[in-house]
Formats: sequence, C-alpha cells, structure tokens
Amino acid sequence: MNAADGMSGAAIRVEGLRKSYGERTAVRGLDLAVAPGRICGLIGPDGAGKTTTMRVICGLLRPDAGVARVLGRDSAREPRAVREHLGYMPQRFSLYPDLTVAENLRFFADLFGVPASERVRREAELMEFSRLGPFRKRRAGQLSGGMKQKLALSCTLIHTPEVLVLDEPTTGVDPVSRREFWRILRELAGRGLALLVSTPYMDEAGLCDEVVLMHEGRAIARGTPDEVAAAFPRRLLEVRGAGLPAALARLTASPLPGVKVHRYGDRLHVVHDDAAQADEVARLLAGAGVELHPVAPGIEDAFVELMTAPAGGEATP
Amino acid sequence: MSGEAAVLARGLTRRFGDFTAVESLDLEVAGGEIFGFLGANGAGKTTAIRMLCGLLPPSGGEAWVAGCRVGRDTGALKRRIGYMSQRFSLYEDLTVLENLEFFGGVYGLGRAELAARADELLPRLGLDAERGRLTGSLPLGYKQRLSLGCALAHRPRVLFLDEPTGGVDPVARRGFWDLIYEQAAGGVTVFVTTHYMDEAEYCGRVSIMVQGRIVALDTPSGLKARTGGADMQDVFLRLVDA
Repeated sequence: MNAADGMSGAAIRVEGLRKSYGERTAVRGLDLAVAPGRICGLIGPDGAGKTTTMRVICGLLRPDAGVARVLGRDSAREPRAVREHLGYMPQRFSLYPDLTVAENLRFFADLFGVPASERVRREAELMEFSRLGPFRKRRAGQLSGGMKQKLALSCTLIHTPEVLVLDEPTTGVDPVSRREFWRILRELAGRGLALLVSTPYMDEAGLCDEVVLMHEGRAIARGTPDEVAAAFPRRLLEVRGAGLPAALARLTASPLPGVKVHRYGDRLHVVHDDAAQADEVARLLAGAGVELHPVAPGIEDAFVELMTAPAGGEATP
Repeated sequence: MSGEAAVLARGLTRRFGDFTAVESLDLEVAGGEIFGFLGANGAGKTTAIRMLCGLLPPSGGEAWVAGCRVGRDTGALKRRIGYMSQRFSLYEDLTVLENLEFFGGVYGLGRAELAARADELLPRLGLDAERGRLTGSLPLGYKQRLSLGCALAHRPRVLFLDEPTGGVDPVARRGFWDLIYEQAAGGVTVFVTTHYMDEAEYCGRVSIMVQGRIVALDTPSGLKARTGGADMQDVFLRLVDA
C-alpha cells in the first residue's frame, strides 16, 4: 500500500472529527495530520478527547462527523484494511501474564495472520530491537513495568505496521525506561513509520516532532514543541534560592493583580505581562533571599497557561 | 520509638526466596517532612512501603512509623497512617461522600465525626460540588483527589503515597501537590514515590533506590551539587543508569 494519501503525504489524516457519547461531547471538530517518519504528540488533560480520537483513527469507533484516514483509507469504512497497516497500543494493553515473552509475541503473530515463514525472522528482529532477547523465556507477569511496555510495543509491531498509535505508553514507567522507550520510538520514525503518541509527561512532549494540545475536544495549540512553547503569550520570571518558601508566602499573602505564581520544582515561575509588573514582583520579594531572572517559557508553561485561561480560539504559532 | 522521627528504618530487609527485594534500608524522616522515595521500576520501593505500612513482614531489621514498632503494634500503626496507591480502590458505584464515609468508617470514625470530617475535607479537595455524584463518572484527576481524601479521613500522622499522580496532566498534578503541601504544613509526614522528576523537586529530601539499596539520600539541591546534574531528571539518570 502507498505510504501516503497522495494529496498531502500524510499517513494519518483527521478532518473535522466530532464524536459524542450521549450528552457528553468527547471531540468537537478536530483536524490532525501525521506524515511518515514523524512523531506527533497528543497532549491534554484527562477527558480532553485523546483516546476517543485514537479509537476513531484505529477504526474502533465511528465518528459522528468528519473522517479519519490511515494511508488514504477511511477508518470507519475500511477498518480491517486500516488495521492491517496500523499498530495500536491502548492504555491497558493486555499481555498474557502467564505466557512467556516469546509466547506472547507468537500469539499476536497468529492473531494478525503473520505467515510462519516470516514470523521467526520478525520475532528475532523485535527481540533484538527491544533488547528483550535475554528475557524471551520469562513470563510476561514477571517483567518490570518498563519491559512490559517494550513487550506490548513489540506485539503491536508484529505485523510490520506503517502507522503506530500509542495511548500513554509510558505512564507509570521510570525515567530510565522511558528514555529507552523513546529511543525505540525515534528509531521507528527513522524507518519511516508515522507515530501518534499521547503522554502526560511534558518532557516527552518535547521529544515529538509536532505536538497538538487538546482541551475539551479541540486542539488549542499545535506546532513543533518550540513553537508551542513560544506561543505562550505572557512573560515569565523565575524565582530561585534559599528563601523560596518566604517568597511564596509573600506572593500568596499579597497577590498582585494579573500575576500568577506556579511552583515549579525547586523554583517558582511568576507569570506576568510587562516590566511594571516585574518591578512590583521584585519590590515585593526584596530581601526574601531569592534571585529573579526572566526565563523563556517551556512547553509545560504553555500547557498550564492555555489550560487554565478562559476558553478561546486555537493558538497557531 | 527513638527520637522524633515519623519514619525510622534500621537495616530493614526483605527477601523473596533467593531474591533480595530490599537490602538493609536505613531511613529517618522527620514529622511534617515531604520525603520522596524514588527508584526505577522494580527497585524495591513498593516492597519497602508495604513493610513500613505493616502489610508485609520484614526478613530482617526493624522500623518505627508514627511511634509504632512495625510488625508489633500493627493495629495502632494502621490507625496512624494513610495509604494511597496508583491503583486506588474507590467504589465506583458509591457517591463521593459515601466513599469518604466508608473509608472513615473502616477506621472507626463515628457518624457525627464522619459528617464533620467530610464537611472539612470536601471543600479543601475541591469536591464539595460533587459530593452526591457517582464516583465512576468522575474524571481521573477528581478520583485521585477523592482517593487522597479517603486516605486522610481518619487524620493519619504519616501519609504514604505510591505514585499518586500517574497519568494525570500538569494542571491536575499541581493542584494535587498544593493539597500535599497543605497536609505537610499541618504536621502530616508525607512519604511519596513518583516517576515525575519535577515532583521530586517538590520534596524536602529524596532517596534514590537501585536494586534494593538506597544509593543516594539528600535534598534535591544537594543531589544536584553532588552529581553535577542540572535537574532531578538528570540526577536520576546519572545515578540509576550508572
């Protein structure tokens, strides 16, 4: 099958997608495109519509309006054809805990009709790729969280899909395993796969080629991670130092109009709009034992600002 | 109990057959401290927490939590601690208020006390408007706050949180951490595990566990200075992936 849908070169293309469950609207008009070789991050709070979008793309849910195409095929009309070329890893991927690593892979190979001749080669390739080879005889239930996720990904890849849809694949996984998992995702993109990945980790959003911030069923910002961070419309002062608790207490006790304060690890981020406000903050914190520096916003700042701001249109950088 | 420590472990060890999950754990956490208990998946964090909560007998060593000797004063221990895990077990077909009353009731709170505690906790958790709502219909962030409320219903002195914010977006996580700070300011000791390294920065001190042993224990800034890491993510990768 052609890796692109002709007109645009996108492997995944969503246009005007809407989906409700009874009274509740999950997705209200979403457009999205992911080209081969690219990783697109779908970022947003719980209930933003990320999982619904993914299920429509995978042909598991029919949209109320709009269309999702995978490699040019309509997911709602040709779900079987779409799934032949698509790997989907849901939030709770069901590995068989009492089957070994190798047996789980074989099971999914059978399920997807991978021919026996090809299966052995494919299994060896995936073991090598995921570095699960030494554990092939271990039961899936005995694997660490990071290894389970790598096995689930390997099962998702067994039929050599060209498109991957991964719903929060690294939730609950430690930083070392998450880094390893993203190394694998980048390698897959390098082989020309198109990847759509949702994540609650903002550092992972920074590893995507493009991110789409979703909120209440809509895209409220999109672009490269740098572009989304740059779409942050306000200024930031970073407050650091031994006097941080005192500084926080002062900022909370006498709130300055239009100024927001966020605890951000071992520092505070003070969100403001102009130099006059920055001067007021500096006056308020004088002698508190902290240093103030203007900093460039990160993607988490943009996320929090857009998510807590009054509803508006999509911010396009 | 020795000194004022809210959590004290000396040589705490747990073996499963040939496998040593926790090897000679030494820890001392002060009252009102927020202590981050970090480590890779499978490092032994959950086993250690289960021992400290009196759910799993140690193979060796000893521990005191909230003034109770672990393994000896089990009944008193359970009344003085709260525990919330990532796979929190709320009753989906009970309302928010009913869940809170159920968990408070299990810990022996009377009717009047339960009602007063619910009136105090629900507004603070931002759940007052949802008290009559079925728990199963709540977004994940709300369930997490309710789960925290259930762990706090009986006014525990030490709160164990095992990956309490897994899968929650940054806005909800910030709100959750505001609640944790509030508890610590009120004197509750918070013992928390997380895979979010920005949250590790919120802790007064953190320990990092690798294969059953604590390889580092200090304030976040102390660990950064010692390892040369720019932030806790960097510190973690340097210590765990060494």
